[in-house]
Amino acid sequence: MGINNIWVFAQVANGAPTSGSLELLTKARSMGATVSVWVAGDGAAVAGALGEFGASKVFAVSYGSNLAGVAVASAMKASIDGGQAPDLVMFPQSYEGRDVMARLSVKVGRTVLTNNVEIVADGESVTVTTPIFGGNTLVATTFTGGTPYLAAFRPKSFVPESVAGPAAEVVVVNVPDLGATGAAQVTAVHVEETTGPKLDEANIVVSGGRGLGESAKYEMIESLAKLLKAAPGASRAIVDAGWVPYSYQVGQTGKVVKPSVYIACGISGATQHMVGMKGSKNIIAINKDKEAPIFGIADLGIVGDLHKVLPKLIEALQGR
Amino acid sequence: MGCAKWVLVRKNRDMNVIVCVKQIPDPANPGALDASSNTLKREGKLILDESDSYGVEMALQLVATAGGGEVNLVSMAPNSETSGLRTALAMGAAKAVLVSDPALLGSDALTTAKILAAAVTRLGGADLIIAATESSDGYTGTVPEQMAEVLGLPSVTFAKKVSVEGGILKVDRQTEDGYDEVTCPLPALISVTAGVVEPRYPSFKGIMAAKAKPVDEVTAADLGVTLVGWAGAGQKVSSVTQAEARAAGEVIEDDGEAFAKIVTFLEGLKVI
Repeated sequence: MGINNIWVFAQVANGAPTSGSLELLTKARSMGATVSVWVAGDGAAVAGALGEFGASKVFAVSYGSNLAGVAVASAMKASIDGGQAPDLVMFPQSYEGRDVMARLSVKVGRTVLTNNVEIVADGESVTVTTPIFGGNTLVATTFTGGTPYLAAFRPKSFVPESVAGPAAEVVVVNVPDLGATGAAQVTAVHVEETTGPKLDEANIVVSGGRGLGESAKYEMIESLAKLLKAAPGASRAIVDAGWVPYSYQVGQTGKVVKPSVYIACGISGATQHMVGMKGSKNIIAINKDKEAPIFGIADLGIVGDLHKVLPKLIEALQGR
Repeated sequence: MGCAKWVLVRKNRDMNVIVCVKQIPDPANPGALDASSNTLKREGKLILDESDSYGVEMALQLVATAGGGEVNLVSMAPNSETSGLRTALAMGAAKAVLVSDPALLGSDALTTAKILAAAVTRLGGADLIIAATESSDGYTGTVPEQMAEVLGLPSVTFAKKVSVEGGILKVDRQTEDGYDEVTCPLPALISVTAGVVEPRYPSFKGIMAAKAKPVDEVTAADLGVTLVGWAGAGQKVSSVTQAEARAAGEVIEDDGEAFAKIVTFLEGLKVI
């Protein structure tokens, strides 16, 4: 026996599978099982990219104006009832991924383990690892119920590797009758335009936090980011305060980043934030409180007023 | 038109909202695992998870807009803990169902969802159920959507803007590349992101009134949910280890020239 059949739910954003999804595909492939991918929406558009990373078959759920989560979960359940049950389903820790796994968990009566960074299969036994307390403790958890095992993974847990495979075969799957659970309907889709490098792919990230003092001062972060060809980021505190959009948020509930250089400006280093950036190769922190936890992980820490340090730094870089 | 009349009637009807609230150890204190059970230590005084204060505020505003109705709470916590519930009651919620039962120790997210769904049913259901997107201590992040499935309800997760017009819920839902506008008839369940509204501070009057508000304490068996705790969990902790710590580097006080240190550091990394 063992883990022979794995499903990967691939999150699509801006018309392409997210890197987190390709990571899971790579990992699933390395576990030596038959790997099928599920996507919400147009399968043909992503069949090439998914095939390149080793997928041979893509189940594309045409969910119409339904919310993707409940639609994909219902389609998966119908497939399982039809005799196609997988041993393991892997999800990226994304919006749709979380909805699909939660709905599916109840439909198949299985638990779901989230926030994982590693998975090991030993025969029938599958163990996943989750960092807790800001990443200083690792908890390994083994599934004890029956299959399918449901597990979700944080971005940047694995390295995506192309196998230069041909485009995957697309199987269009219709959504079963959702009954009352399908009552929510999408009436409009808004895509937020972003310029410059993407936060979770940038080589350098410059983030601002509450220490900026006011919304207008975020301009300093944007100026510095532009000079360094970096992506601007933010702590949850200033996203909650409405200074910058949610898409800027670095942390447990935002993006996980692992750039070469992370510059934290006016960020004290709450656990929620550190989880999202402590994997950066080099960390520079500027904060006026010398007790700030961020200094505990910074390679270069500046205890000082960012309103004095940043303008000088920007001026120095402009002069180069 | 009949339709217009129906809308008018719906506008004036009461709106009953149930908010799922979690009582958690103060995040200001470092967390710890209980060595024997490998569960998060929760024996001290617990507080209202800040993430849930947004849902409580949202519920109070929606009920006020509807012109009538109640905000009620459901919570699952050890040791008959009510400190966090009292905060939400002081903000304006009317009453609560608290599920407190030693048998629940070790429950997984699926069991938690079944318990909270049963607590919602005990309150007679609601027009709208609100939860945070994830708790600040366990952050599994699936319980709201699991509850919706258990209750057979539609759900809109990651709501960043919410209104109810004529009995129809309108939500801006966060997505990977922006947001979707979603409409949904009631009853329904939503999970709200932090910052969706500005939570009020409980007034002195509210705090005093909260002490007398009813908290209906029940066990899992009272709710008819069996196989809970470790017995019902589809998981077991196999090991707990310490991660390799990241060492601190050089920390300097800004003397007016610290910017130059940053420039030198960046040069050393060959990124400028």
